[in-house]
Amino acid sequence: MEIKLWINDKLITDNVEPDMPMLEFLREKGFYSVKRGCETSNCGLCTVWLEGKPVLSCTVPLMRADGKHITTLEGLQKEAAEFGAFLADEGADQCGFCNPGFIMNVLAMERDIDDPTDEEIKEYLSGNLCRCTGYTGQFRAVKKYLAHKRGVNKNE
Amino acid sequence: MLRCNKYIFAESLEEAYELNQKKNNVIIGGNGWLRLRKRQWGTVIDISRLGLDKIEEDAEQFRIGAMVCLSDIEKHKGLNAYTHNALKESLKHIVGTQFRNCVTVGGSIYGRFGFSDVLSIFIVMDSYAELYKGGIVPMYEFAKMPYDRDILVSIIVKKKPLHIAYSSFRNQSTDFPVLTCAVAVGENKITTAIGARPSRADIRTDSTEALKDIEKYASDTAKSFDYQSNMRASAEYREHIAEVLIKRTLEKTEVPYGN
Amino acid sequence: MSDHKAVNKPVRKKDAMALVTGKPVYCDDLAPKDCLIIKLLRSPHPHALIEEIDTSVAERVPGIEAIYTYKDVPDNRFTNAGQTYPEASPYDRLILENRVRYVGDPVAIVAGENEKAAEKALKLIKVKYKVLEPILDFRQAKDNDILIHPEDNWRSLCPVGADNKRNLCAHEVSENGDLEKAFSKCDAIVEETYHTQANQQAMMETFRAYATKDVYNRLTIVSATQVTFHVRRIVATALGIPKTDVRVIKPRIGGGFGAKQTAVMEVYPAFVTYMTGKNSKLVYTREETQTASSPRHEMEIKLKIGATKEGIIKALEMYTLSNTGAYGEHGPTTVGLSGHKALALYSRADAYRFVYDVVYSNVMAAGAYRGYGATQGMFAVESAIDELAHKLDMDPTKLREINITKEGDLMPAYYNETANSCALDRCMERVKKMIDWDSKYPAKDMGNGKIRSVGLALAMQGSCISNLDVGSVALKVNDDGFYSLMIGASDMGTGCDTILAQMAADCMCCDVDDIVVQGVDTDSSPYDSGSYASSTTYITGMAVVKTCAALTEKIKKYGALLMGCDEKDVDFNGKEVYRLSCDEKMSLKDIANSSMCNSSNALYASEGHASPISPPPFMAGAVEIEVDTETGKVELIDYKAVVDCGTVINPNLARVQTEGGIGQGIGMALYEDINYNEKGVTRSNSLMQYKIPTRQDICPVQVEFESSYEPTGPFGAKSIGEIVINTPPPAIANAVYNAVGVRIRELPITAEKVYKGIKDED
Repeated sequence: MEIKLWINDKLITDNVEPDMPMLEFLREKGFYSVKRGCETSNCGLCTVWLEGKPVLSCTVPLMRADGKHITTLEGLQKEAAEFGAFLADEGADQCGFCNPGFIMNVLAMERDIDDPTDEEIKEYLSGNLCRCTGYTGQFRAVKKYLAHKRGVNKNE
Repeated sequence: MLRCNKYIFAESLEEAYELNQKKNNVIIGGNGWLRLRKRQWGTVIDISRLGLDKIEEDAEQFRIGAMVCLSDIEKHKGLNAYTHNALKESLKHIVGTQFRNCVTVGGSIYGRFGFSDVLSIFIVMDSYAELYKGGIVPMYEFAKMPYDRDILVSIIVKKKPLHIAYSSFRNQSTDFPVLTCAVAVGENKITTAIGARPSRADIRTDSTEALKDIEKYASDTAKSFDYQSNMRASAEYREHIAEVLIKRTLEKTEVPYGN
Repeated sequence: MSDHKAVNKPVRKKDAMALVTGKPVYCDDLAPKDCLIIKLLRSPHPHALIEEIDTSVAERVPGIEAIYTYKDVPDNRFTNAGQTYPEASPYDRLILENRVRYVGDPVAIVAGENEKAAEKALKLIKVKYKVLEPILDFRQAKDNDILIHPEDNWRSLCPVGADNKRNLCAHEVSENGDLEKAFSKCDAIVEETYHTQANQQAMMETFRAYATKDVYNRLTIVSATQVTFHVRRIVATALGIPKTDVRVIKPRIGGGFGAKQTAVMEVYPAFVTYMTGKNSKLVYTREETQTASSPRHEMEIKLKIGATKEGIIKALEMYTLSNTGAYGEHGPTTVGLSGHKALALYSRADAYRFVYDVVYSNVMAAGAYRGYGATQGMFAVESAIDELAHKLDMDPTKLREINITKEGDLMPAYYNETANSCALDRCMERVKKMIDWDSKYPAKDMGNGKIRSVGLALAMQGSCISNLDVGSVALKVNDDGFYSLMIGASDMGTGCDTILAQMAADCMCCDVDDIVVQGVDTDSSPYDSGSYASSTTYITGMAVVKTCAALTEKIKKYGALLMGCDEKDVDFNGKEVYRLSCDEKMSLKDIANSSMCNSSNALYASEGHASPISPPPFMAGAVEIEVDTETGKVELIDYKAVVDCGTVINPNLARVQTEGGIGQGIGMALYEDINYNEKGVTRSNSLMQYKIPTRQDICPVQVEFESSYEPTGPFGAKSIGEIVINTPPPAIANAVYNAVGVRIRELPITAEKVYKGIKDED
């Protein structure tokens, strides 16, 4: 099937199998930050943005992205590095395999909720599994990052 | 993984309906459940371009398009106000934000899954399944209908005044529930749904007179359902939890009844 | 440790920014695009013989390169266990066999141009099975008439008490002192049975590897593994080819926790590429990772502990029955830790006896999972200690205070080692303060049907496998004086590359940034037995210290040569070699660059390390919970932990290790359980059916360190990787008892079990 879409604002047209999963398509196009961790929509590793909304690229049929914009971590390198530095400073990057999907969702949360409570943070991110950190270090990183962003925003 | 020979965006409900009459074809919602079926489909029918992704609200009712994703329901001010956030409560344990951004209310309701939080709450409201050919069917009837080749177009919720609350019991925060419970108290009647028994949600409706003895109501109502065992819990424990949840959910409705 | 510049500092992991920005550094990101895709046909039966297998139709699927069955593979038995040769695990596997031993055991290997073709072919392979009666209950396995490994070429390479004609993978008796006499002195005795389940490591990156042929026609395997060097031996043994012909490379890997200490699937791509000469790749699905992998050994532990009325523990007796499943990977070794580590927490007792059996059964083979048997043993011992305290009407922390192993104590159960460094007493004291034990123990009725309580447990582990593990590193000086550190230990996300560089930086008096670290390639890295047994910091770290000392000598010697003075007249401060007798000096930069011009002096050193002892790290964990008495539901309120891992090399990474281990321990305590149906099929076949904690399931966790100084470790360090998983199951079980008087001796501690306990009490 013909498909035309934007990945990180770059127009891509292709002819794909009708059942091509978005996740496999993105990896085939070289967006390797997008990881597969399960087959049951449970792990959050494959999180990308579709029209700015965080979705599971293992789940959304690729054809639904026809004419739409997908954002992967490759398209958010500056933001990834900015939040990622907080993760790194906690040692909470660990194996790193869940990081891209997690970071995509943290950045979406930052945009969706002003000044989220601890409960809101945990709830928003609960679809991002991590087996290394026990989440505690990730939580510290998110809190410090949000505080940092509030500081930056105030100064602007 | 979803496997199919063809993927078609239906241009009308009629087209979707025609295509859906073939046994080997299927309508896709959010693909949360369909992708788990290990089956090669002929044609996957996508109805996402038919404007079914809107929640319409007027003085009488809500009309929720089948392709509305769960997170849009969670965020809908009118629905949250009407259900006192019970609807939101029923959705928040379902996997995670990204998942609820993907999966649709139509897919959840059409599936009539045993574990469904979504069915458990809609079924206690004065709600209806709008079917393309079958017309408008009360939700509790739809829940019992066999799977057919019709199309679920929307879910209609009548704005009857009610106190409503929702609870679920889970072994882990985003696991399938061990049990679900929704309670809606209207002018003269109370409707309680128990789901994930683990079979699909069903309701019991009584006069609000029954609420004079809440303990008895909870116990009798819990006993009136059938329960089975699976790896999440035993039938016996589910029955006990049903009683506890009915009591607690009733309390959450803040209805001034009881002794 | 204020004199250290890098050690004991929260240095960022060297690979951190690549990971957080999503760079393609993992196995499947690096695989060539033209790899044949491998899929495995798996047995639907827990025990069966393949009578006929017909692949002819499947082979005609367009794009299918090859299909292999048991008829095509060598008859060399091997083990997938990543252990030092000769392995304690029995040689009980073939790549494929006509006998299948669990639901999921591979039956055929399909290699095709793409996934769809391979999947289609899988469905077209016709297999006729002779279904055999399985053993699904491991309690029935020993001396059963049904034999799981009746084959004549089954081999056990080490004297572990294995006997395939009895379904026995290992058996041992060890004891010290006069047990009967010691028990006769006891006023209170607890004798109970504890049962821990199989659990999945559930690392986010599933098992995966790809194989290629290099320019010399050697088989190259790139694998997500913790045991890079062992994979080389395992693959060569399985294929029956010389080890010269195999090279293994470890890229970044997405978590392991012991799962990848078994070469679960490397032999399949290795075999396909060996046979076809083409690149091939196998990425396990999550379903395969859940159902055909290397989970924790299920264990049933009978434990008897006795004490005098003053609370002096006199005797401990343990019998462990361990379920190794269909194959024996890590079977003979994990079981030992259940007693040798757990019993050694109370080394002052007069006598102990520890007996174990490890049995085969028709479920998926077990393997290594963080804690490696000690976790199971700690659940039993730390639960029983509380039970004993209650019998004695004593605060369980008081009973522990009296009896725990203290610095300088001999630990008979722990291979007669002496606790050279042990802050266990301080760990417990501090964790009690952190959780406010004295005011919260045992419980408080919240008045709303909920009861809050506290529970505590101790743990120990090892820091390596003594007299066995080998770590070696190499260090060389490059242009302008930066260093390359080549290590054979397999960083699996824990940060050992960085930790070893921190140690090297302090040894060489330079910045961590001056040291580049090269990951593992069996062709070029110095030998290391691998990242397991908590050994990297302790063993490989010591190899770093030795290597740096050797390189420093070479730098000094060469500097002296260049300055034309005696080498006894110089010293090295990291920046320059300077003379002691005068002001002359030469910078490392000049020395390094000189070594690359008309020089016969290679500024390169490599040293190895092994240890006759395995100094245990110690830990105390305390939990506060709230039990809903109407439902039995346990809610975690708070978790506090204090760890003695000797000198903390990197506080951030050690803290995250601890928090992560506690997270896994919480999952094990509360819901993780690999569940089989009556036909031997795993129900826990996905992350939808096997739930690991989400961030909503974890309470606040606070970690502190109570350091001892281990004289035999690098900079006084011990280990931390495994011990951290051990306290949650017993601490939570103890807290549940303190709340509602219900003793849960079988994991997981589900709400239903707690509720039943409450109800049965009434």
